[in-house]
Amino acid sequence: MSDTGGRSEKTNASASGVPPTRRRELVDKRVTNALALGVIWCFALATVAALGSLLLYVVINGARELANPIEFIFSWPKGVNAEGGIWPTIQSTLYATGLAMIIVTPIAVLAAVYLAEYAVQGRLVSVIRFAADSLASVPSIVMGLFGLALFVEAAGIGFSALSAALALSFLMLPIVMRTTEEAIRSVPKYIRWGSYGLGASKWQTVSRVVLPAALPRILTGLLLATGRAAGETAVVIYTMGTSLNAPISPLEGGRTMPVHVMLMAMEGINLKAAYGTALLLVIMVLAFNLTARYIVRRTRRMQG
Amino acid sequence: MTDPLDRGGRATPGDRRPAADLLHREAPAPGVSGPSALVPPAGPPTRLSTISRATYLKEAGLKNLFLLCACVAVAGVLLIFLFVGYRGFPIFGKLGIAAFLGGRTWSPSAGSFGVLSLIINSLLATLGALAIGAPLAIGTAVFLSDVASPRVRELVRPAVELLAGIPSVVYGLFGLLALRPIIAKTSGGLGFGLAAAWMILAIMVVPTIAAISEDALRSVPDGIREASYAMGATKWQTIWRVLLPAARVGIIDAVILGMGRAIGETMAVLMVAGNAAVVPAGIFKPFLTLTTVIVLEMPYASGDHRTALFGVAIMLFLISMAFVASIRLISRLGRERS
Repeated sequence: MSDTGGRSEKTNASASGVPPTRRRELVDKRVTNALALGVIWCFALATVAALGSLLLYVVINGARELANPIEFIFSWPKGVNAEGGIWPTIQSTLYATGLAMIIVTPIAVLAAVYLAEYAVQGRLVSVIRFAADSLASVPSIVMGLFGLALFVEAAGIGFSALSAALALSFLMLPIVMRTTEEAIRSVPKYIRWGSYGLGASKWQTVSRVVLPAALPRILTGLLLATGRAAGETAVVIYTMGTSLNAPISPLEGGRTMPVHVMLMAMEGINLKAAYGTALLLVIMVLAFNLTARYIVRRTRRMQG
Repeated sequence: MTDPLDRGGRATPGDRRPAADLLHREAPAPGVSGPSALVPPAGPPTRLSTISRATYLKEAGLKNLFLLCACVAVAGVLLIFLFVGYRGFPIFGKLGIAAFLGGRTWSPSAGSFGVLSLIINSLLATLGALAIGAPLAIGTAVFLSDVASPRVRELVRPAVELLAGIPSVVYGLFGLLALRPIIAKTSGGLGFGLAAAWMILAIMVVPTIAAISEDALRSVPDGIREASYAMGATKWQTIWRVLLPAARVGIIDAVILGMGRAIGETMAVLMVAGNAAVVPAGIFKPFLTLTTVIVLEMPYASGDHRTALFGVAIMLFLISMAFVASIRLISRLGRERS
């Protein structure tokens, strides 16, 4: 009897000695848990809802204007309000982005090979990594002005697909470098040992064993970066200009799809074209993203 | 620096490439011709134990070529600084840094280029967006790493990744034509302003912050989670008291990167901000930021005005570099402490 009383007294004393613990226990921890997890669910749903409403909005409005997709895609804009199709903007986008991809791929992949296979941790490597991180975080408008100052004006290339591609390749470089380096690092070491064991030199191992094994993930990074470049506005507006032109030579300028969307929406003269172009742009960029995801998923399944 | 290949092989910590090390160590040094002296004394020299001088030179040449490619990134940063600086630095000399940074009036026609109000506007837009977007993104990251079942996760994660892939001009279009009218109806104005920019930027920073935070949360060892559950903690207690503190360095990195994305965002802000070069009197009033002033005025700017716009670009570049540097610093501090 006295024993129990003493114990309960002791419990009381220790509980009152740490009041926060006791007060928190007034609300059952399971209630807090349920509430908090509910909030987390709401946050996740809000994120999905944001994507959903954005896509739905673009699709609904774009589809209404895209009643005749063939004509919209393949014909030229007419008149002051740019009615009709948007073909030159599509050609400009594909031209500049494709050129940027061709420029950036060898440089970024070989740079990643250096970082993943050859580099020794040291000052030089940390400078390279810092530079790549900085390049990745340079605002696109600054990249645009840089392209204007260097390629368009100082190098005398003028507003052209080539200037845009060069500026875009600086934008894509850190993305492709990072994904390629991760891809190379994820190739198991024993595959390399097998190659060395057969007497292959380092470059033979890298070029015939490691890179082919890392190829799917390298492609994924490349596609993501290309999607990013295709949707870029601020960089191309200062390097490729805004003239409606379907470039044939890399030295010709043009207006890409994002620039067209921005001009049409900001001037408010032709919202139809803005919606239609935005929908095509989203489809294009999502195609890049979904292809990238598909490649990753398929290789994961093949590798077990 | 005598022998890049050998140095590369030997200085690698651990034995990541033992076979390569063998090859490189036995490679003849430049200047030594003929079979290497390192051939095992017993038995005839095999092809495996030596590589020819031609192969050695080729390998060394390739290595340097790759190094050159890696240095393109460094060259890129330097070129950006040089060329944007070359166009923009004269404005600092002409006005003085204090007048440029501290001046509150941006009025190109009157020849006054004070960017203080633009900086304040950029910060207002960014911080407001982070106040909405960061909790949303961190909540989503926690959801993906610890709350969702695998099946739900496979639905939500692609959504977050696709959100990252959508071009900023499409966000701008959505803000201008879908969000702005709603805001205009509730606030009674035109709808251009900080409120619209906050909402659009908040959605835009979510994928950046969520992806990196999720990585950070995933890299917390499962043993720590299990220890917490074993002590009777609920899932939320584990998340709040254990996981978030354990992953805080990564989460702070994520928020800083999101901040960088928001402050550098141009098109989406341009389309919803309404663009007036004053510190706005309310969240429904038009405003102009460091990025939007460039797009808006570049087409007709000339002389000092143009130089000043490049000066603004230098500011943006330095701000983004500062973010990257601070992330480095934080992760180094975090590593030292643990």
